[in-house]
Amino acid sequence: MVALTRTTVAGRERVRGRRRRGEDLTKLLFVLPAAVAMVALFGYPVVKNLLMSLQDYTLKTFFTGAAPWVGLQNYSTVVHDKLFADAMLNTALFTVGSIAFQFVIGLGLALFFRNRFPLGGLLRSLLLLPWLLPLIVSSATWRSILEQDSGILNRTLMGLHIVDDPVPWLNSPSVALIAVIGVNIWIGIPFNVTLLYSGLSEIPDELYEAGQLDGATGWRAFVHITWPNLRSVAGVVLMLGVVYTIKVLDIILGLTGGGPANATQTLATQSYEKSFVDFKFGQGAALSNILIAISFVFAIFYLRSTRRAVDE
Amino acid sequence: MISKRIAAALAGATTVSLLLVACGDNGGGSKSSSSSGDSVKSLTILDYYNNDPDKSLVQKGLDSCATQLGITIQRETVPGDTLIQKVLQQASSKTLPDVLMLDNPDVQQIAATGALAPLNDLGLTGDGVIKGMVDATSYQGKLYGLAPVTNTIALFYNKDMLAEAGVQPPKTWDELKAAAKKLTKPGRYGMAFNANATYEGSWQFLPAMWTNGGDETDLTSPQVAEALQLWTDLVKSGSASKSVINWTQGDVNDQFIAGKAAMMVNGPWQIPSLNKNPKIKWDVVTFPVNKPDQTPVAPLGGEAWTVPLNKDQAKQQKAADFVKCLNSDQNELDWAKARFTIPTKTALLDQYVKEVPSMKAFTEQVKTARSRTGKLGDKWPDAAKVIYQAIQLALTGKASPQDAFKQASGG
Repeated sequence: MVALTRTTVAGRERVRGRRRRGEDLTKLLFVLPAAVAMVALFGYPVVKNLLMSLQDYTLKTFFTGAAPWVGLQNYSTVVHDKLFADAMLNTALFTVGSIAFQFVIGLGLALFFRNRFPLGGLLRSLLLLPWLLPLIVSSATWRSILEQDSGILNRTLMGLHIVDDPVPWLNSPSVALIAVIGVNIWIGIPFNVTLLYSGLSEIPDELYEAGQLDGATGWRAFVHITWPNLRSVAGVVLMLGVVYTIKVLDIILGLTGGGPANATQTLATQSYEKSFVDFKFGQGAALSNILIAISFVFAIFYLRSTRRAVDE
Repeated sequence: MISKRIAAALAGATTVSLLLVACGDNGGGSKSSSSSGDSVKSLTILDYYNNDPDKSLVQKGLDSCATQLGITIQRETVPGDTLIQKVLQQASSKTLPDVLMLDNPDVQQIAATGALAPLNDLGLTGDGVIKGMVDATSYQGKLYGLAPVTNTIALFYNKDMLAEAGVQPPKTWDELKAAAKKLTKPGRYGMAFNANATYEGSWQFLPAMWTNGGDETDLTSPQVAEALQLWTDLVKSGSASKSVINWTQGDVNDQFIAGKAAMMVNGPWQIPSLNKNPKIKWDVVTFPVNKPDQTPVAPLGGEAWTVPLNKDQAKQQKAADFVKCLNSDQNELDWAKARFTIPTKTALLDQYVKEVPSMKAFTEQVKTARSRTGKLGDKWPDAAKVIYQAIQLALTGKASPQDAFKQASGG
């Protein structure tokens, strides 16, 4: 009897244990697809890229498989390259310039569209157009718009007597970066408008009504009601903007290819050039890792700011 | 929730790395390696003639050789600028084709990796082929490829515009500068060329540089600087557009067709599109010389056919036979005539010009032409990079033509 009870209890426990193990297994199985996808799609490239940046990875490697270990030599080569400092500066100017204008113009348009008016919805969706175009198409189109002699922009400016001589948009080392940033701003506005607009529509109308009673209208309403409520969305938009902009490659390649005279080289174009023009894949990987490290700093800021938002 | 955010942030941060590792091991087609002995029934071929008319004209030559050898072919074509990436993918997944077409300046670089079979061992020689082309397709004394046809660049001019301005096609650089200036008027430039920051920009500069006695082994020589002075003078005087630093050879051709340029440096592959515009009356002369006693020296273009190393000896031999057939006199002439290119065998040149008089200037130019990789071999890309960067520095006014090469190569 006693023995029987004992076995039953033990058996019941064993069953419970088995069930718990089964539950654990089920949980594991649910996580597995996502984990596999993460490892295959994010883990592998990152690790491979890190390894590649420590190897002398050239054309030959693809045929023989041999990639001699060179330690940090690739990093020191790319950092001491004569273009590295310029590329860093251009990357910073490109990112800051693009983000600042994208955000301000995007916020302005979002506020504008918050006022309901006829055809507002249609206009707002038309604004998405730059985003829907393939970047190669946009950059090819802008290249012809910005052409010095026959481009429509210079023709218009000269027709309106705003300038006397055609502006060398893509032909002068001192203007090209500005032109490229301009095009990137145009491309980035829809992203900013869309996110900021949705952030604005989250703000309850009651707040404005209450504010109105207290005399907060116009600019004061923006400072005391709109901005505090929009801050977390704005933070997300800015952080994502930085991470997206810092690695922009196709627009620059399409517009100038990094020229004229390397005036629009950024870390991304340099990384591309090292890998796919010079076939020095190790150096290309080293540059892209530097780029990833910079993005990662911003990604951490982003994570911290969103976590704080969740905690609040 | 948090993990989703982490994923999103990581996704943003890692896109660059994804881009750079994108050329992984997912090679394209698989090839059967079962055949052995004399029973080779089919060959796989990879080339970059992916647009008509070239695509189908090349197909004709390939088909006729396949019939002669009694085999079938499986041909794959990819866009020109993706060929090397495709080859790298295939190399790492061991799925290289049996017959591989490569642009001639790339042959030595690929041969240096040990991917290609030396053709001398398979019964092929470069006898009778223009020396410049054999230089380009040989590596360390062995032949790795054969190009049936070649091309080069010369000076196209608009006959009507020159006649209207009373200008003769220029023979010297001074005449070129004077003619370009005279032909320039509002909405039209006298001269167009490509000086962009790619290997294409270097290629277009070579006729001036080589004709003047400049050499890629010493880019800081006065001869090279004088050539750059010519490009700079043409742009500074307003005879050529400042946009040349962004133009491709296709853009240059578009300018010429649109009547916005009276002369241009370009190659015979533009002839089909020029002929589509019967209003444009054009002709070609060899590139002008700096001093009367010089002969024009231009770079050799065109693609070579190679045989990647194959464990299947029979298949490798068959592939070599196929390349041999593509380089037969008959096929060289067929392709040259149909595709406005020039046969690479010296003995065929006179007969060719007799049959296709419009190719006279190009054929003349080919006789003295050099290959880009003839002197520096697989180090050519480094020199080519210095050349296009120096051109960019000079044309944007960031350096004088005398200092540009020193600045571009220093550090």
